[in-house]
Parts: sequence; structure tokens; C-alpha cells
Amino acid sequence: MIRLAEQFRRSLAISEKNIKIYYSKGPVIVFGLLFPLFLALAYIVGRSISLREVLPGLMGMTTFFTATSVGPSIIPWETRSKTLERLLCCPVALWAIILGDVLSSFLFGLLISIIPITFALILNVGLLNFVVLLFGMIIASMCFSALSVLLSAYPPTDIPATSMMLSSLVKFPLVFISGVFVPIEQLPSWGQYVASLSPLTYFTDLARQLISGRSFYPMAINFVMMSVFAAIFIFAAIRIHERTLIKRLT
Amino acid sequence: MDGAIEAINLTKYYGKILAVDNISFEVERGEVFGFLGPNGAGKTTAIRLLTGQMKPSSGSAIVAGFDMTREPIKAKRLIGVVPEVSNLYDELSAWDNLIFAAQLYGVPRGARGMRAKELLEFIGLYDRREDRVGNLSKGMRRRLTIAAALIHEPSILFLDEPTSGLDVESARAIRGLIRELNGRGTTVFLTTHYIEEADHLCDRIAIIDRGRIVAKDKPEGLKSRVEGRTAFDISFGPRGGPVDGLAALDHVKEVSKLGEVFRVYVGDVTGFLQALADFARGNGLEITSINTVKPSLEDAFVRITGLSPEVMRVEKEPARRGDVGYSSH
Repeated sequence: MIRLAEQFRRSLAISEKNIKIYYSKGPVIVFGLLFPLFLALAYIVGRSISLREVLPGLMGMTTFFTATSVGPSIIPWETRSKTLERLLCCPVALWAIILGDVLSSFLFGLLISIIPITFALILNVGLLNFVVLLFGMIIASMCFSALSVLLSAYPPTDIPATSMMLSSLVKFPLVFISGVFVPIEQLPSWGQYVASLSPLTYFTDLARQLISGRSFYPMAINFVMMSVFAAIFIFAAIRIHERTLIKRLT
Repeated sequence: MDGAIEAINLTKYYGKILAVDNISFEVERGEVFGFLGPNGAGKTTAIRLLTGQMKPSSGSAIVAGFDMTREPIKAKRLIGVVPEVSNLYDELSAWDNLIFAAQLYGVPRGARGMRAKELLEFIGLYDRREDRVGNLSKGMRRRLTIAAALIHEPSILFLDEPTSGLDVESARAIRGLIRELNGRGTTVFLTTHYIEEADHLCDRIAIIDRGRIVAKDKPEGLKSRVEGRTAFDISFGPRGGPVDGLAALDHVKEVSKLGEVFRVYVGDVTGFLQALADFARGNGLEITSINTVKPSLEDAFVRITGLSPEVMRVEKEPARRGDVGYSSH
């Protein structure tokens, strides 16, 4: 237990270091801030739908893009600058390094995602349960940031742009199948099946339930599925990074 | 085990390529032990195995009393590692890099600042503590990398090519630093492809070639392996005929040209000197100097490995750091 606490403290130190270094990197600003902003504007501007209809998708998109914007680039960057070697020389377990990366990505996602919630509160959209939504956002951000670190595991590239591009190839289709633009209940049955494979689906559904009062899945399912996806992504990220590590060092 | 480091049949394959081939050795506490070999000999892979960055294909490494494969975290707490490329965070200040290293090594919060200050003063960079590492010179970064490896006061320090690519002054400063650390009781394991560096710094040297240890001894012990071969460094004046016939003289075993000087290895000294005098007279050559050469570590290296000393002077390609050209894996 003491060892676990010790490793967790090192994860926090790694996370703090990541915040200092990677939050201001160009690709993070582009993929994590500008891109979702313009996508959101394209989604909202010129459409005659109410804010209550728009907000769940907007929240899903913001949380998803921001929480996945830091993770894909950290390990490629650290491979390239040889700082990964530094971390591996220290008494830090690989899972603690991965967790540190996930945490920094998570915090970025959470901080930016607070904006649409604040927006909703200021405009008095009428959130059914602010605390539950915030809790859901925390789990969703953790889940998405774990996915982003998983996406940096393979191929073991040392070019952050490559990792960013490849992760975008996964992220964009997910946005379109996750009920962001069209509520899940309005999708055909095959579309609903495909949507169930995306972790974003469950957060968007939860947000829709807490904002407009209708949802496709029960709230408990949304929470359980996001947690299950988060656990799978973290586990897979650790295992795949373990396997590809030697290629990063040689 | 009383020793600081023990490698037992350590072997590493990268796919089908054998990088480290069944090496075994021990390093005593307080010793400076060097791995000497050309680039590509397996030195960096060996140091990565010993420091737990990679797992061996077979064999084991016991470092500071812990098996590096079974208890890497415990072993890593007691060692410091200075990799070949200074790998601090360019975006952070010298101070922040040291504090981050202290956090990773579990240095108590209250001791971190004091330890960082001590080390920055020790390496002469306290005045530059607020500078971003990216703005420091290569030599300064190297010193700071060593400081980061010392933040937790390790008993064993691993240095991979500590002076590679540095200017003469910085290299001398690093060697001084290593001697001072060893004087304070730190066990030092270093790799180098500079023969002179190994000769001057190490208590014992293992010569590594193509992944295998081909010799292991004190520098004087290695040199003694080539004693019995007398060599002369001979210079000729500008006048006279060609000196091509030097190698064909009686009692000459080998001739190599070092700039304007000919190094001649001979069998019978008296016979050779007579033949040389006749050769010079016959070709109108003026012998401007002739010196007896003691066997050097380079001679020993050449004799043991069969490699040319030129191989050791080849520097690696620029390390992949910062914005140099990269390729994906």
C-alpha cells in the first residue's frame, strides 16, 4: 500500500510536469481548443434549434476533444526528446508514468469542459442535476484521456504529429457515431448498435438526460459503461506501451 | 554479494540481432569501472540492461544487492543514471528539472530545495538555475544531467559516454567531476569509446567488441599484454629519398604513420637501429628524432581486438534530440 502511494505521488509529479510542458504546445492548442471551438460553432451557428437541444452534443464534443488532446502526444514527445529514458531510469513503474500522462490529459479536458457547463448555468438552461453531470464529466474525461494515451501506444512513433493524426482517425468517426449530432434514439438499429461501442455515446446520453430529460440508456448504464471503458483503456495502454517500449528506446 | 554490480551471463537480442553476448563481470564498491569499445559494440545496451531500462533476453544483473529484473524499483532507488544524450526537459528551468528529479526519486519535500542548491553549486550552475535548460550550452546540460542523477545521493553512478561530443574544456570538467564523485565514495560505471579517457579514469576496464567482453583488467594489466614489443617513433627531415622502404628493413614487424611520425614496432632493437642507420645513410635521409614508445592502452586495444584505433575515433551520428530529422518506427 505504501509502495502504491509512493508510485501515485510520482504519477502526480509527472502529471504536474506534463501540465507545465505540454499544455502550451501547438498541437494541443489546435486539437484541444481551436478545433472543438470551430466544430462547435459549425454545429451551432445557423441552426434553428434550442440551446437545450444543442448543449448535450456540445458538452460531449468539448469533453471528448479536450480530454483526448494532450495524451496522444506526450509519449511520442518524450521518446523524441529522450526524456522517456530519463523516466525509465527512475524508480517509477511504467503504470505510474502512464497514469501521470492520463491525469494531465484528464485535467485539461475537465478544465475546458467546465466552460459549457458554466455557459449552461449562466444562461439558465435548467440543468436537472449539476452535481451528477459534473461527476459524469469527471468519469468521461478520465475515460477519454485514457483512450488518448492508449492511442499513442501504437505505432511507437517519436513524431507527435503522426500520433495526433492517427488518433484523429479514431476520434472523428467516434464523434459521428456517438449521438453528438443526432440523438441515439433517432438512429437506425444498426446505428444504435455501432453507437454502443463508443464511450462517448454514454456521456452524451447522460448529458442529454440531465439537460433535456430524455435518454436512450438508464443513467446507471451510462456510468458503468464509461467506467468499464476507462478501465479497459488504462489496462490496454499499460500493456501495449510495455510491449512497444523497447522500440522507443532503440 | 559485497560488490556494487554483478552481471551474470547477461544477453540481449533485438529480434535476431545479438547486441550483448553472455557478458559476466563484477564491479567492486568504490571502483571506477569502464566499458571500452567502439560505437555499436553493445555498451549502451549493456548499460540499459544494468539500469533496468530493458529486460535481458537471458542472464541477470544484480545492482546494489537487488536483481534488476525482479526488483527494479528497489535497485533504481540506489543508482543514478546519466544517459548518452543529456535528456533533461528543455522547457523547464535547471532548478525545476532538479526538483522534478527529486520528486521521482522520492527525496523528501523538505530536502529537495537544499539538495538542488548543493548540486547546482557543485557543478557551478547555481547562477543559471532559473535558465531554461534549452538555453544552456551542451557542456552545462551534461553537468546538469549528472546533477539530476545525483539528486538522491546514489551509491552507484552509471554514465553512458559521459564526454562524447563535448569540447575539450567541458570534457575535462566532466572527468574532474567523475573523479571527485569517486573520491567521495561513489561507485562509477561508465562506457566510453575514448581510449585515453578509459585509461585516465578507470580502475578497471572491460573491452567490449560485438557484444562480448574480450578482455577485462586494470589499465596497466591490459598494457602489459603488449609489452615485449618495442616501438620507436621516428621522424625524418625534409631532405632525402622516400621512406617507403622502412617496413622492409630487418627486424621491423610493423610500421604505422601517425602524422609526420613513423611508429615502428621491432624485434631485435640493436639490429634494427643498425639497419635504420644504414637505410637513412643510403637514402640521404636525416633522422630528426627517435623516441622509444611505451605500450599504450591503444596498443593493447589494437592487439586484443584486432580493430584499428581509427574505429574508436568515429563519433556516433548526431543523437536524436530536439528538432533533428526523425523517422517513425
